[in-house]
Amino acid sequence: MMKKQQAFFFVPYLLWIVLFVIAPLVLIIYQSFQNLSGHFTWANYASYLGSATYLKMTAESVWCALVITVVTLVISYPTAVVLNRLPNKQFWLLLVILPTWINLLLKTYAFIGLFAHNGSVNHFLEFLGLGAHQLLFTDTSFIIVASYIELPFMVLPIFNSLASLPSSLINAAADLGASRWQTFTRVIWPLSLSGVKAGIQAVFIPSLSLFMITRLIAGNRVITLGTAIEEHFLTTQNWGMGSTIGVILILAMFIVMGLTGEKKKQQGGRH
Amino acid sequence: MKRLMSAMIAILLICLVLAGINWQLDRSSRASQDNTLTIYNWGDYIDPALIKKFEKQTGIHVDYQTFDSNEAMLTKLRQGGTNYDVVVPSEYTVSRLKREHLLAPLDHAKLPNLQYVSAGLLDQSFDRHNRYSVPYFWGTLGIVYNDRLIARHQVQHWRQLWNPRLRKQLLLIDSARDVFAMALIIDHHSVNTTNPVYLHQAAHRLHKLAPNVKAVVADEMKMYMEDGEAAAGVTYSGEAREMMDNDPHLHYLVPSEGSNIWFDNLVIPRRAQHKAEAYRFINFMLEPHNAAQNARYIGYATPEPTAKKYLPKSVTNNKAFYPSAKVMKRLHVYSDLPLKDVGTYNDLFLEFKMLTR
Repeated sequence: MMKKQQAFFFVPYLLWIVLFVIAPLVLIIYQSFQNLSGHFTWANYASYLGSATYLKMTAESVWCALVITVVTLVISYPTAVVLNRLPNKQFWLLLVILPTWINLLLKTYAFIGLFAHNGSVNHFLEFLGLGAHQLLFTDTSFIIVASYIELPFMVLPIFNSLASLPSSLINAAADLGASRWQTFTRVIWPLSLSGVKAGIQAVFIPSLSLFMITRLIAGNRVITLGTAIEEHFLTTQNWGMGSTIGVILILAMFIVMGLTGEKKKQQGGRH
Repeated sequence: MKRLMSAMIAILLICLVLAGINWQLDRSSRASQDNTLTIYNWGDYIDPALIKKFEKQTGIHVDYQTFDSNEAMLTKLRQGGTNYDVVVPSEYTVSRLKREHLLAPLDHAKLPNLQYVSAGLLDQSFDRHNRYSVPYFWGTLGIVYNDRLIARHQVQHWRQLWNPRLRKQLLLIDSARDVFAMALIIDHHSVNTTNPVYLHQAAHRLHKLAPNVKAVVADEMKMYMEDGEAAAGVTYSGEAREMMDNDPHLHYLVPSEGSNIWFDNLVIPRRAQHKAEAYRFINFMLEPHNAAQNARYIGYATPEPTAKKYLPKSVTNNKAFYPSAKVMKRLHVYSDLPLKDVGTYNDLFLEFKMLTR
């Protein structure tokens, strides 16, 4: 009876996975082997691997995603640690998550207002006597906005892994004579590593394929693989080439999963 | 488990109630279904007062739906199952829709007001004899500049955009065809060329423009130009019009050596359910008073000389929006290139964009 019921509850999950994960994957891989007239071809992969433009773009995307991931990690870990020590930690965590409820485009437009030539940040800099600077269309502004957007996805899993860390372990470490630093490096960090890895997965991959922000904030001065995919699907209608870059992104995802993968149960992550 | 179940049931119930309300609303709005005209247009691309007027005059109920790109609209029409009666595609999309047999041929006898449309704007390469489309608005590609940052005589020609004094002062529209058009026109080549030699020559020319390019953007250019973020931008007349309304220091011009001319057109999809109503609507929009009212609201150039009479002289005498006959002759329509060539343009453009950092 119980078994049957369990199998029944499994159906929605199975349907979801087949319809929205496996089927699109198969379609993308299938289309990546098609040319403009729908015939089988290796040409998409050949032109991807043979084109300096695409390879350079890939390298730049990976570099950008790496910087974004490092920046969010550096901000998120201490944030998660502090959040865990606060009395109403769920409330403070909510404040970190709250911005994700606002539309991505809206947040990006808000940043245009901040960073613009006549924007608030420049007004503030002028007030301090530092003078106005070119903020929009720079790599820095792109990294700031992208990191801001990805931040909650890094904080959340780290917070969760820290929250589930039994305080008895920390007390035990202290009892056994470990310094605060030793407690951190030997106990807290290794035990929260699963959260860090989940956070990296949740931030690195989406950062590789950011595309709206690259145009709005960076004025297309930063070109990621996402930009190229958007262009191939919309403008050139070359779905084959777009899918090929999509497959490259999926491969990148597997590589990151492999590097940060764990046998144990993953915690948190992107919903 | 019990709580989970009750939560799920609650969600299901809410969904059911919402679906019921939606169905009810749908039914009441479709009560007069035979009398509904569905228009599929760009967002905010018609004077709402005209829709009211049309509804009042004819008793036809108008359902106005919007899209934000030709490609999105094309995809929807291709999939079928849509009930659009009048659609407003740009010229290259008219060619594509035509080629895919998605359009109904127009019976000109049912469109008497077509006589008001300027002969010079009819019978274009994308739709000979206007068999499938009639022009709605038209415009150009040109240069918008900020007179506080640069003088008019410094940005009058495409070639001047390469001047080192514009270093990091230029915004470009994120469109391969438009950016290449500038370079191709300087080299006296057709804006529709597919000759790889010419295209590489143009790409080479554009590479030299890279140091001047501050950013390659889309609709946001409006915001940036009004903010004084850049001295000059390459964009469409319609976009420029909106910027100029918000900032009197911005001006628009069409380089006299030539540029692109674009058309947005009214068409009737082949699968339209209310063709008679669609004809009435198109004819209504072509009526000069209505065309003038619409042009006043949207700010784009009307294709009807008679309608121009009802518009302020300051608008119709503005050579930037109604270029002289001499310049008009040097404006070219983009033809819908084979996908392979669109790919070439865009690959070269992507390479160019990578250079601008």
